[in-house]
Amino acid sequence: MSSDKLNLTLRVWRQSGPEDHGGFQTYKLSGVSTHMSFLEMLDVLNEKLIAEGEEPVAFDHDCREGICGMCSLMINGQAHGPDRGTTTCQLHMRRFTDGQTITIEPWRAVPFPVVRDLVVNRSAFDRVIQSGGYVSVNTGNAPDGNCIPVPSSTQETAMDAAACIGCGACVAACKNASAMLFVSAKVSQLATLPQGKAERSQRVVNMVAAMDREGFGSCTNTSECEAACPAEVSVSHIARLNREYSKAILFSDT
Amino acid sequence: MFRVASDELNSRVPDGPLQEKWDRHRFDLKLVNPANKRRFNVIVVGTGLAGSSAAASLGELGYHVKAFCFQDSPRRAHSIAAQGGINAAKNYPNDGDSIYRLFYDTIKGGDYRAREANVYRLAQVSNNIIDQCVAQGVPFAREYGGTLSNRSFGGAQVSRTFYCRGQTGQQLLLGAYQALMRQVATDKVRLFPRREMLDLIVINGAARGIVVRNIETGRLEVHVADAVVLCTGGYGNAYYLSTNAKGCNVTAAWRCHRRGAYFANPCYTQIHPTCIPVSGDYQSKLTLMSESLRNDGRVWVPQQQNDGRAASEIPDSDRDYYLERRYPSFGNLAPRDIASRAAKERTDAGFGVGETGLAVYLDFRDAIRRDGEDVIRRKYGNLFHMYEKITAENPYKVPMKIFPAVHYTMGGLWVDYNLMSNLPGLYVLGEANFSDHGANRLGASALMQGLSDGYFVLPATINDYLATATLPRVVEDHPECTATLTAAQQRLNQLIGINGSRSVDSFHRELGLLMWDYCGMARTKAGLEEVIPRIRDLREQFWKDLRVPGSGTGLNQSLEKAGRVADFMEFAELLAIDALHREESCGGHFREEYQTEDGEAARQDDLFSYVAGWEFQNVGEEPVLHREPLNFENVTPTTRSYK
Repeated sequence: MSSDKLNLTLRVWRQSGPEDHGGFQTYKLSGVSTHMSFLEMLDVLNEKLIAEGEEPVAFDHDCREGICGMCSLMINGQAHGPDRGTTTCQLHMRRFTDGQTITIEPWRAVPFPVVRDLVVNRSAFDRVIQSGGYVSVNTGNAPDGNCIPVPSSTQETAMDAAACIGCGACVAACKNASAMLFVSAKVSQLATLPQGKAERSQRVVNMVAAMDREGFGSCTNTSECEAACPAEVSVSHIARLNREYSKAILFSDT
Repeated sequence: MFRVASDELNSRVPDGPLQEKWDRHRFDLKLVNPANKRRFNVIVVGTGLAGSSAAASLGELGYHVKAFCFQDSPRRAHSIAAQGGINAAKNYPNDGDSIYRLFYDTIKGGDYRAREANVYRLAQVSNNIIDQCVAQGVPFAREYGGTLSNRSFGGAQVSRTFYCRGQTGQQLLLGAYQALMRQVATDKVRLFPRREMLDLIVINGAARGIVVRNIETGRLEVHVADAVVLCTGGYGNAYYLSTNAKGCNVTAAWRCHRRGAYFANPCYTQIHPTCIPVSGDYQSKLTLMSESLRNDGRVWVPQQQNDGRAASEIPDSDRDYYLERRYPSFGNLAPRDIASRAAKERTDAGFGVGETGLAVYLDFRDAIRRDGEDVIRRKYGNLFHMYEKITAENPYKVPMKIFPAVHYTMGGLWVDYNLMSNLPGLYVLGEANFSDHGANRLGASALMQGLSDGYFVLPATINDYLATATLPRVVEDHPECTATLTAAQQRLNQLIGINGSRSVDSFHRELGLLMWDYCGMARTKAGLEEVIPRIRDLREQFWKDLRVPGSGTGLNQSLEKAGRVADFMEFAELLAIDALHREESCGGHFREEYQTEDGEAARQDDLFSYVAGWEFQNVGEEPVLHREPLNFENVTPTTRSYK
């Protein structure tokens, strides 16, 4: 008989600030509705903590629709929890069972330092984009949108890559904290589209250099990133990045 | 309840024929020569579509820009969640669209409560936006031959909506974000993420800076500039439950209002018809299902009250496709305010479905039979996937259950044709201003307005101010800066010092329920008169019994929320007063006393054809109403009919 209320044991990473060592705290939470989202479950925990005079657990979240990329969390060792193609905010408690222990940790990667509890700093991603993740076109320069035909299959490939929400799950899931899936998604989108072709060599070289500078690790093709990606970005974009990079290094004069 | 000022607000709409106003105006505006641009500093608050596009474009022009957002990255602003699409008058499908038709539809859709000149400019600029975004590499949907694809969208009879699957807002925002990052790389824009604006610095009557809190360290900072551009979104979270992101708030706009900027038409709120219904009292937000679903989904309820049968067991003869019945020419594509009220009418009458009875069906059965599941999956796959994630029901097999929810706010800070508020040097863009949507926004028009304001309007109009205003140099330790900083710090200390017993969220939920019950889809004089003192009481309770754990140093999410809810508590009263004062129904503002025989909104054009700009006095004191008359020289306000 399945019940729609769960009694849970939560092991939550608590860390008061960037300098603190941090550690796990265990909390009991009862009567959790299976219709709640995972973050709503944490809301309930926080209300309980506030009522008991404790400080609530800090975690990042915003849209709660799976698109802003703000929420994170390693849930029982899996980035964004057990469901494929799902952010933590879209994960629902019906996925868990009564009596279960759930371990909740922040993203763990050197380029993503912990700010507090489950909140990390992902500004490294912004700096990688600053190194070349754009088409250099000023406002006002654009020709009519239909001047450059883009076959729908090309557009679909670009869109698959562009769907990346920049959450960092790929980095958190990777044993080397590699950012290859994130970087390749932008490189691949812009290398595929005619608008991005002019800068493709320079872009891939600069973005890979920026990625290394930020301290992200190397890719060893284990594809954990793809499995963890809530936007289901494929590792085939990493293959395209590698081709783009080789071409740029070997044949380009930039 | 309020006082009326005798002056009229000057919209500064230029003279000349509608079609020529913007071009003529751009010529008349003063320019700043390229070498002088680098001498000016501009602050942009918020990095959604309006903020990112404005900051990037001003950086490209050569201004020194500082861009601020409270999220950890500018790419996370809530524009990212817009699903359906962006309108433009390209007329690529050759189905009779034009700039004038987009203008006309938008004015009519806004129930004749918007400025003609602004809306016409929006329609003109719409085409440039598409070109700009395509050039940036935004992957808009394409036809097989490679040309841009269009679809129709709520409230329009032409196909003028450009889209990227169900993630149009995401792709447009990433385009603007990337343009912004490119300027950050050149140092023309300096980026300040995880900063929350707490106040506006006004010196000699002009906006000259802001006070922000660094959310990670808790430290307050002063930033000064020659102009401040507010792109901080809408106030839908006054209702607690809405489709807005959890962080969306009115604080930046409200703080400017307290410093003298007029707040226009706060009672114009949009309740979106297609959201996933509330499931329990732990509910933290509501999720929108894109309006594009109404292109193929049919909305219905059972013809019998409390019909206990499963949807699939109810034959067509026992179904009431009420939108098709009431509005045969627009059917399921009726505008949002109309579709929402029609759902409320059916559920109030006892025909609702689901456990709470507060839901109606959105059914794809016929579309799947007609086009096949694959076609429907291609069009709406990600939305169906999201619906199933949240509800554990498969919408390919059983109809979706939907209900209206607060979504967008048409009101905002008052701005003139140049997008400048009544405070010199304070510009307001996107959802944060009031300007283009009147009393109701049409689908796929918000993205258009945000990008129009940011890419094309502000970069043209701000030059004129910077070229002509007297702007003596201001430093961070100017007495006004210090005073504003001290006041912001004291307010934070006060919030922490209350040390009561209730959490911020519990107050926010209570305020939200009041707003939804009394200022939601339908409003009455009696209800509004009842709720205003209740909002005041709740505000008093808040300041007596709030508990903010922790301290002001370091990350403290309770403290961030407390500041925002404190401002919602003041703002909610103004929203209710505006709703009480506007004794008519128009667009998203429906007063039950003012309706036609068949339950449609009845405007009172002779009395209320104006923009209501509210001036702040003190908390709990009567605000002062300044009116901007709306003059319709090109279209004649008629009763909106979608029958």
